[in-house]
Amino acid sequence: MADAQFGAAGALPRADLDDVELYHPHSWLTKYVFSQDAKIIAVQYSCTALAIGLVALVLSWLVRLQLGFPGVASFIGPKEYYQFITMHGMIMVIYLLTALFLGGFGNYLIPLMLGARDMVFPYVNMLSYWIYLLAVLVLVASFFVPGGPTGAGWTLYPPQAILAGTPGQEWGIVLMLVSLILFIIGFTMGGVNYVVTVLQARAPGMTLMRMPLTIWGIFTATVLALLAFPALFVGAVMMLLDRLLGTSFFMPAIVEAGQRLAYGGGSPILFQHLFWFFGHPEVYIVALPAFGIVSDLISTHARKNIFGYRMMVWAIVAIGALSFVVWAHHMYVSGMNPYFGFFFATTTLVIAIPTAIKVYNWVLTLWRGDIHLTLPMLFALAFIVTFLNGGLTGLFLGNVVVDVPLSDTLFVVAHFHMVMGVAPILVIFGGLYHWYPKVTGRMLDERLGQLHFWATFLGAYAIFFPMHYLGLMGVPRRYFDIEGLGFVTPSVATLNAFISIVAFLVGAAQIVFLVNLARSRTHGAPAGGNPWRATTLEWQTPETPPAHGNWGRTLPVVYRWPYDYSVPGADRDFVPQNQPGLTRAEAGAAS
Amino acid sequence: MALVLVLIALGSIAFHLLSPWWWTPIASNWDYIDTTLIITFWITGIAFAAIVLFVAYCVFRFRHRPGQQAAYEPESRRLEAWLIGLTALGVAAMLAPGLIVWGQFVRVPSHATEIEIVAQQWRWSFRLPGADKRLGAADIRHVSDENPLGLDPQDAAARDDVVVDGGDLHLPVGHPVKVLLRSIDVVHNFYVPEFRAKMDMIPGMITYFWFTPTRTGAFDALCNEVCGVSHYAMRGRVVVDAEPEYRTWLDQQKTFAQLASGPAGIRHAARLRADRGR
Ligand code: HEM
Ligand SMILES: [Cu+2]
Ligand SMILES: [Cu+2]
Repeated sequence: MADAQFGAAGALPRADLDDVELYHPHSWLTKYVFSQDAKIIAVQYSCTALAIGLVALVLSWLVRLQLGFPGVASFIGPKEYYQFITMHGMIMVIYLLTALFLGGFGNYLIPLMLGARDMVFPYVNMLSYWIYLLAVLVLVASFFVPGGPTGAGWTLYPPQAILAGTPGQEWGIVLMLVSLILFIIGFTMGGVNYVVTVLQARAPGMTLMRMPLTIWGIFTATVLALLAFPALFVGAVMMLLDRLLGTSFFMPAIVEAGQRLAYGGGSPILFQHLFWFFGHPEVYIVALPAFGIVSDLISTHARKNIFGYRMMVWAIVAIGALSFVVWAHHMYVSGMNPYFGFFFATTTLVIAIPTAIKVYNWVLTLWRGDIHLTLPMLFALAFIVTFLNGGLTGLFLGNVVVDVPLSDTLFVVAHFHMVMGVAPILVIFGGLYHWYPKVTGRMLDERLGQLHFWATFLGAYAIFFPMHYLGLMGVPRRYFDIEGLGFVTPSVATLNAFISIVAFLVGAAQIVFLVNLARSRTHGAPAGGNPWRATTLEWQTPETPPAHGNWGRTLPVVYRWPYDYSVPGADRDFVPQNQPGLTRAEAGAAS
Repeated sequence: MALVLVLIALGSIAFHLLSPWWWTPIASNWDYIDTTLIITFWITGIAFAAIVLFVAYCVFRFRHRPGQQAAYEPESRRLEAWLIGLTALGVAAMLAPGLIVWGQFVRVPSHATEIEIVAQQWRWSFRLPGADKRLGAADIRHVSDENPLGLDPQDAAARDDVVVDGGDLHLPVGHPVKVLLRSIDVVHNFYVPEFRAKMDMIPGMITYFWFTPTRTGAFDALCNEVCGVSHYAMRGRVVVDAEPEYRTWLDQQKTFAQLASGPAGIRHAARLRADRGR
């Protein structure tokens, strides 16, 4: 392949070349930088997301420093504090989790797991990454402009987000909105690709109901994102107009610090509806890929088929659909018509049913399995615990009247960190330990991995579990300082200090992980093509790491669902999806 | 791992039972909310412990040993139907009381007294009805340093309203109050944890909630919706008095008419300007 030569500029390629040869890159730059190979784009997305995620991690340290040891860091005043939590939250949700699950795992796994050569529109896919990078750079730039980044909270509620009482009103909020707009444009280019690829480019025999749940999760999440991000997009554009041109989409008549502002007639609550119409599905944009990936991790490492595959698929689709009719559960105390509460509490609690099914089916997959406590499996088990915990506290917050005392307290912070912070991150780690050998051909170091796992899992649980009880007491979120609140008992300070110390340790454990990622690329044990003895197609590639085009000359043909583990009568405890018979001998005879 | 999972399940329950961090003693009629919360704790707590312990059992019992093979068992309709039924039951047991209590929350008793809380960066003001027992008109157009709440000077119903600007809010114990909420700049939220109830205040809108104070005492109020750089310092205080003390306090307060014309109004305006200069 490598020696394929092309004629002089303008000449047609030789006719005897395979189609496949025509699109291989021909220079280092097009191969590794402006690459159109989904696998390279996936690595680019992942590295960028992890890099900016590191910034968010450091910010969380600074926030915890202030909360655990108020006043110790003299450079953190209220202004900085609000800037730090805002940037921390926004980066974690959008620029780390969304980008990593869809841009990272999505790009890598969709073509490989479906037996495709690449995404359907590789050029647009490349653009998607570069626009994402631009969005990240604009976001980072906001740290260096006069006034600093916005401190409006990641929810960016107007009017305060664009008024002078909030940090970063000069430039920060403008750059934040521009960055979000860019992110959405970039994401849409990738998202269209993922959807079309799943629908159009599956290998022969790969019916929809033979797709691994990872793909179902990523696919549904992408559809959700394509429908939800536009709401944020228009919200961001309108707020930008309010800020820069003085329109009043979200701005009623306001007297700020004694001055009557020129705004009038707009609706602050309209923005909240737009934001949460995006914001709630966003939770599932992060959660559904995690659901899918964790299903595959559990099945592979417990050597057992996922329990109730069809139910799992329907649960993903049902959750995806329902997630568009629950958004106002974030707005129970927003001042919207309180009668909405009846409807949104009901839809929200109904969503618990398909979600619970998923948990049951993961657990039942373990039942009578052959459980290998590999690192991916450990992370998957930790996911079950944290997700279960966070999901159950969601029943408090979704049940409108219970939310009234708890909303905007640390209970909410604890809940959403458990369910959409810790749980998906654990899956990301599990996924990285699982697929790293395919990406690099080498295993990640087991000892560093164990250290990373135990510190992260136990640490994160110790940070966020007790935090619920502070919220129950009424300790508010987004408070630079809780000094002087009469109902806060003195022992709260002790707990806050404890939480902060654990947070520093958990953060340090992530450094261990990054070292592991970097070191194992050259020093890891060689992995071979299928170290986990898994059935799905990405483990059956002719080369590891897979070459451009993934499959060599012929595409794989799919004969079975992805969960044929421990099938009675098979010669191994797994039957790859592209193996026609139960045993290799049978398969050989058939072909 | 199995052991750790058991410890997590039991440790979480132990923490729940033994830790000193719990809700504040209630001071309003919303003990229904606390009851619903407790029901939710029971149901979710049982689910949590049951599932985590089950996982722990599986991890221990079905851990990999040489020669072991997993069972092949794609699905079981019956089991899934059972689990769905059970979950739906649990959900209904939480939702039903939740919605009933919400029904009480949105329906304000007709004899509730209307009072008003007005928010601005980063302070609270309060308004109580005057002798006519109702609150007069207000509009952001009237807001000025002398008239921080923007009451309508032409409206007789507004002129006799009691305005508390910069002091504590007092309420008589045992009387339901409907709290009308206004903001003149950004979104705020008035929250007293002991009362359990809260609501955002939105510029350009009037929102509300209601409650009945059930015990006397002084309670800290806080802003519970991020509203700018001094959000965390936007505190207040509500004092619940027995009827006689409440009367005494009320008699000392000034009406809008008195404030607007008297020296107090002028002094207040000067103080506001000075505050801003800092
Ligand atoms: C070691 C890990 C983490 C720690 C210690 C941490 C800590 C914190 C703290 C202390 C706050 C501010 C709470 C407040 O006063 O309001 C916060 C806010 C937030 N965090 Fe994290 N966090 C971590 C990871 C994550 C992850 C993985 C996510 C991804 C979903 C996330 C999303 C958020 C969001 C959305 C906010 C709200 C920001 C706002 O109020 O505007 N965090 N975090
Ligand atoms: Cu939601
Ligand atoms: Cu406020």
